[in-house]
Amino acid sequence: MAQVSSIANEQTSTPLSSSTSITLRISRFNPEHDESSGFMEFSVPVQKWTTVLEAILEVKKHFDHSVAVRYSCRQATCGSCGMIINGKPRLACFTKISELNSNVVTVEPMNNFPVIRDLAVKFEKLFDSHQKIKPFLIRDDTELVSDEKEFLQSPEEVEQYIQFANCIKCGLCNSACPTMATDSSFVGPQALAQAYRYVADTRDKGKDSRLKIIDDSHGIWRCHFAGSCSQVCPKGVDPAMGIQLLRGYLLGFRS
Amino acid sequence: MANDEHREGIKGMANPGRYGIERVAYWMMRLSGLGLLAYFIGHIYETSNILRGQVGWDEVLELTQTTEAHIVLAIVIGMCVFHTVNGVRVMLGHGGIGVGKPARPDYPYEPASQNYRHKIGIYSAILLSAIAMMYGMAVMFGE
Repeated sequence: MAQVSSIANEQTSTPLSSSTSITLRISRFNPEHDESSGFMEFSVPVQKWTTVLEAILEVKKHFDHSVAVRYSCRQATCGSCGMIINGKPRLACFTKISELNSNVVTVEPMNNFPVIRDLAVKFEKLFDSHQKIKPFLIRDDTELVSDEKEFLQSPEEVEQYIQFANCIKCGLCNSACPTMATDSSFVGPQALAQAYRYVADTRDKGKDSRLKIIDDSHGIWRCHFAGSCSQVCPKGVDPAMGIQLLRGYLLGFRS
Repeated sequence: MANDEHREGIKGMANPGRYGIERVAYWMMRLSGLGLLAYFIGHIYETSNILRGQVGWDEVLELTQTTEAHIVLAIVIGMCVFHTVNGVRVMLGHGGIGVGKPARPDYPYEPASQNYRHKIGIYSAILLSAIAMMYGMAVMFGE
């Protein structure tokens, strides 16, 4: 399926002054009629600030609009454009081509997620796992009732979970996880880190019910602290830390 | 694709080069664990030969005195030491010890859980297993 195209000499609506160009290899796969995935190659001019997402969008604009890619905010906030870039899970909008130090950039769909088409993957399992750990404050009273005071927290109490509240559900951690690579039932580092986010929140009273959910053979015990999830997280969430701290509750190191 | 869920499988799990020394340690832990399990089974077979009497036992002992057997035993020593030392590191980490404290992350978002304490633990496990292997080989081949 390999195909090489170039836009260096084409008239473009967005003038590109760069003399540098890279080869962008895009994984193509349509489960409706393809037996296996293949790569298409495109020669794309880049600037030092060009992101991988911008390069993909150049390809869509000038060569093949059928390349399937999910994106939205272009600023590492929506968590839509996660993909494997030169072998590692990264956000396409947050990865500059210049930082890859390679003239060949290969983009593939994230591992451990079913492929919808090309670079777009299904997020249902991720969201189901996220929902499973009850990602909301559990308590009997509410601050929404009139005459009730809001739930106050000290800055120190906020520090305990705010890092994990940065999760944008991009799925990169699940894609990098070695357990996710082989265990289809594993709840995954994203959901486990979010379980810790709510357990560590002093406003929350649902610790016991959450610990019960993750205390499962395909739950927290399947994490072996490889730490790959933390290395690929684009928001500094550090799921590996959250999971180990969470396990500390189950092992009696924390209360 | 044959794999509808697009899982990396053993191939992805076995690729330790992409995520630093922590992933290498993860992979070595799995390998050494399987290696020690294989040794354990072999060891049970070896010692069960005592039921064959003095002659049978001597025959098996002779097998363990070969160069190949000494090399295997040296590898077993290395696996044992690495699995033990790295296991202590991982167990402490599993309890939330030495994985850092939650804090507001700053760019470039270096993960606190992948800190120097754990890296030292991993390199110590590798170094100690290498020393133990060399000592074992010196004892076995020294005579």
